Amino acid sequence: MNTLNLGLDRAILELRKYFREKDQVFFSFLFPIMLLVLFSTVFGDQFKGSGTTAGQFFLPGMVSAGILLTSFQSMALTVATERDDGTLRRLRGTPTPPTAYFLGKVGLVAVTSLLQMAVLLTLAHFAYDVPMPNSAARWGTFLWVFGLGVFCGTVLGIAYSSLATSARSATAAVIGPVMILQFISGVYFAFRDIPTWLQQVASVFPLKWVAQGMRSVFLPESMASEEMAGVWELGRVALVLGAWAIAGLVLCLTTFRWTKRGSD
Amino acid sequence: MTAITVRGLRKTYADKAAVDSLDLDIGAGECFALLGPNGAGKTTTVEILEGFRARDAGEVSVLGVDPGSAGLAWRDRVGIVLQSSTGLDLLTPREVLRSTAKAYRRPRDIDEVIDATGLTEKADDRVGRLSGGQRRRLDVALGIIGSPEVLFLDEPTTGFDPQARRDFWSLISSLSSDGTTVLLTTHYLDEAEHLADRVGVIAGGRLLALDTPSALGGRSEHEAVVSWDEGGERHQVSTATPTAEVARLAERLGAEVPGLTISRPSLEDIYLSLIAPHLTQEVAS
Repeated sequence: MNTLNLGLDRAILELRKYFREKDQVFFSFLFPIMLLVLFSTVFGDQFKGSGTTAGQFFLPGMVSAGILLTSFQSMALTVATERDDGTLRRLRGTPTPPTAYFLGKVGLVAVTSLLQMAVLLTLAHFAYDVPMPNSAARWGTFLWVFGLGVFCGTVLGIAYSSLATSARSATAAVIGPVMILQFISGVYFAFRDIPTWLQQVASVFPLKWVAQGMRSVFLPESMASEEMAGVWELGRVALVLGAWAIAGLVLCLTTFRWTKRGSD
Repeated sequence: MTAITVRGLRKTYADKAAVDSLDLDIGAGECFALLGPNGAGKTTTVEILEGFRARDAGEVSVLGVDPGSAGLAWRDRVGIVLQSSTGLDLLTPREVLRSTAKAYRRPRDIDEVIDATGLTEKADDRVGRLSGGQRRRLDVALGIIGSPEVLFLDEPTTGFDPQARRDFWSLISSLSSDGTTVLLTTHYLDEAEHLADRVGVIAGGRLLALDTPSALGGRSEHEAVVSWDEGGERHQVSTATPTAEVARLAERLGAEVPGLTISRPSLEDIYLSLIAPHLTQEVAS
């Protein structure tokens, strides 16, 4: 049984666990989907005559929130919990290669986030008439922003889990920053409505750039003028996300521990 | 052949020695029980041998390898039953065992292990719905699924009912007679007496006594107490020659001796007398 097969097997086990845990399914998988339904319904009238619909306006944000929740939040919470409850320690006591464990996590995030995207896009298109990207170039942008975003979230989530001293403290340490980050990164409302200093804070983190990249995919070209720079800045999106991906991977590999702090 | 060798092992936490100059040799195929009160250093010792904890001084070897720097090939030969493990609640015993078995080169048959640990009826229930004793048996099942050459059992039967404990004992006995080296820590003296070839008593991080259960602390040399009923009263006599004493009684009373018992100090009596000085020390400090 080689590492790749073990990783695949772990991914299946991780998926079983994920979909049996109702909290996880609700707060990471269904949450952005429900918000899309809620926002499209509540704000529907306000977008009449604006050239776009509530569904189209909120879809990029919900896509970005979905990426954040299924990668960063899900990893930070589950790895902290597994470290606290001894799951990692038990694995460490078996001949399971660490790579197989990480492959299992990657598989879990890949499947849940892709599935979530499929539901979000299908719902947006068929229930709220949101036009899907009309060119190969836009689909291409969607794929690399999605891929880089999920990768950043996964490695940063695993690295972030080391900050928590227990599963209980992890919930507070993760959910709070994740909520705030979503509000200041232009996920729930237009980024231009946020004060400049908060925009600058948000620009440090990857979520703002994921959301910007997703707006370039789903919004009409004319709306680029509402961005901070007046254009989509895809080059900069790639640069910032790429840098976070590398930094995240290094952090993840250097800070990872199998047991709680103070237990060696 | 020794499976486990410990020389001058030392581990301190904030200036307090949890384990101090511990020496130990456990032979291949032996079942060894480490006894001691809470905080004696049992778990620290076992965790160092399992490769989970770093040591401050001393030499340690398990299957010829230093656990502190051992790799996955060594993990393949060692089975570990931790003191408690959670985090499996959403899976079933069969799912957890199947996935764990895949990591080993020579895994045992999953159904056989489920059967041997008495989990057949619960194999497809969520672990979260198992009782404490059933969970413990799953921990044991996870420890033996890889056909280990050395098995570490840290207080394996805590929370078992008497029948489950008996079943567990026969499982460990059969592993032991198949040649598996077993290192067991326990609070239960009857467990050590039943399973172990040799017993080590540890307190304050030091080994106080090391012998077979029947000889521990000079137990086999203690005088035996012969008791019987005669004339409506209980009589007893301490003697070094209980067989001769019983023969004399049988002759004098002319038939079955009423209420006859012959007893030596129990392992528990010996154990308590060994650790008593360390307990008062702990209270004093």
